[in-house]
Amino acid sequence: MATYTMKEAKPAPSTSKGLLFWLRENLFSDIKNSLLTLVGLYFLYTIIPPLLNWMIFDATWSGTKDEVVKEGARWIFIVEKFDQFIYGFYPESLHWRPNLVALICIAFLLSMKFVKNINIKIALILLFPVVCFVLISGGGFGLEVVETEKWGGLMLTVLVAAVGIIASFPIGIILALGRQSHMPIVKTLCVGFIEFVRGVPLITILFMASVVLPLFFSDGIDFDKLLRALIGITLFQAAYIAEVVRGGLQAIPRGQYEASESLGLSYWQGMILVILPQALKISIPNLVGSFISLFKDTTLVLIIGLFDILAMVTLTNSDTNWLGYEVEGYVFVTMIYWVICFTMSQYSKSIERKFNTEH
Amino acid sequence: MSEHEFMITMQDVNKWYGDFHVLKDVNLNIKKGEKLVICGPSGSGKSTTIRCLNHLEKFQEGKISINGTDLIEDVKVVRHIRSQVGMVFQHFNLFPHLSVLENLLLAPTWVHNKPRKEAIETAMYYLERVKIADQAHKYPNQLSGGQQQRVAIARCLCINPEIMLFDEPTSALDPEMVSEVLEVMVELAEEGITMICVTHEMGFAKKVADRVIFMDAGQIIEENEPHEFFDNPQSDRLKLFLDQILSH
Repeated sequence: MATYTMKEAKPAPSTSKGLLFWLRENLFSDIKNSLLTLVGLYFLYTIIPPLLNWMIFDATWSGTKDEVVKEGARWIFIVEKFDQFIYGFYPESLHWRPNLVALICIAFLLSMKFVKNINIKIALILLFPVVCFVLISGGGFGLEVVETEKWGGLMLTVLVAAVGIIASFPIGIILALGRQSHMPIVKTLCVGFIEFVRGVPLITILFMASVVLPLFFSDGIDFDKLLRALIGITLFQAAYIAEVVRGGLQAIPRGQYEASESLGLSYWQGMILVILPQALKISIPNLVGSFISLFKDTTLVLIIGLFDILAMVTLTNSDTNWLGYEVEGYVFVTMIYWVICFTMSQYSKSIERKFNTEH
Repeated sequence: MSEHEFMITMQDVNKWYGDFHVLKDVNLNIKKGEKLVICGPSGSGKSTTIRCLNHLEKFQEGKISINGTDLIEDVKVVRHIRSQVGMVFQHFNLFPHLSVLENLLLAPTWVHNKPRKEAIETAMYYLERVKIADQAHKYPNQLSGGQQQRVAIARCLCINPEIMLFDEPTSALDPEMVSEVLEVMVELAEEGITMICVTHEMGFAKKVADRVIFMDAGQIIEENEPHEFFDNPQSDRLKLFLDQILSH
């Protein structure tokens, strides 16, 4: 017979940690890996310095366009047209209104984080879109009306994306639940809608919304063009959300449904309190992916004559005083899109971490 | 004894999955406070039987009545019955996105409309009963299997049920943790709640059960009080079954 005593845990040997170890392990573990590392480094060397030179060191940041002497980017174009990129044709004297809305958005997001009282939260959630809408469109509280034709630029891009995301979310969830329903008519309607919309490009839906839809209404009723685009985008996005949420719902084990039923929870209680919180949590990466692609797709509204930020860049490039500044314009838009999309994806990661209960 | 004195009656219950006949003329009467253990090989319909009692499974023929209420396809009736029947599952089925305490509060606050403060008091009382009150603010996945199953039992007790159904409550547990769950179940049994337990824990059956039932192929093959059941099985099928589960 043999007995053994418990051993103390020892620290790992020093050869298996530290910077040198990391370099050897990850970049130079064998000849093939070392070669790839060197090729990669050379590639970065040929790309990055010229890019930095063009964008920063040789760039022109101020002055008029006749004074440009350096080779790099002429950011004076962006500086000159900045207001148009951001606000479109929104009257300059009223730019404070979208600015205020942007501040309200930030305050709203912060308040969602820090306000604990659920009643105040609901009140804020209901109040927020109304305040934003009144501020931007005017027509109440002594605010001058600004027609939607004048809305444009980044403001329009963000607005279309935000409305599309917020409005499509509940519709998408209801469609996903409908698709799982045992009631044949509900199920058929939901499946039909989802499959139809997913089988059609967004452009088609926007065209339908702007050209075909008015044919169904008598002459007196004239929907706002932006509103029609928003409805089209919302329905389009809802179909995709529905499929993402369905994926989440299918990942929830049967036992969760049974446990909530056996405790006496009704269908809606079980869904809202037990199933959806879990299903949506699993779906966060895909939901955000779908929101990001919607954000980029909003640029298609230029097809029906709305001027989002990309359309504004194209438009300002045809200004005869400012010909030949396409590169600067499009690089600027690219960076704006990238910053916003990257922020969204980082935000989604932080929510995922927050909801993670499997420590 | 008239039908109304039974807590549960099942009369000629038949159930099919498609063409497969899962339950064949199941008849069962259970008195208030009775402890019943159901055992049998897998696929014998024992889980299906108790799942019919709170309408997790539908049955096509026969009649089930719980505490005087006939179980029919009606949302209100089903909810009324479920509010009297607690069910403990093999895989615990705790809600992983809610803390232990929130798991216990869900049904009392949303189904039974109890004020939250009162519900918390009740929840903490039952958590203490299952000896796990110190874990109230953890999430289910941070607990061991045995602890999770005890939380699941406490969750059922919070709705103050007349009947507790246990569907193989210890089958998914590590061997070390079986006894802590059985201990809670024994204590519960001593308090006089009506209990139906699908289990292969024969020690538990001998200690607690008033009656043991053996099912095979969707039928009740044999029923007896526990000592006779184990020491003097009548049917060949049960003898074989007992041989197999007790031989090692």
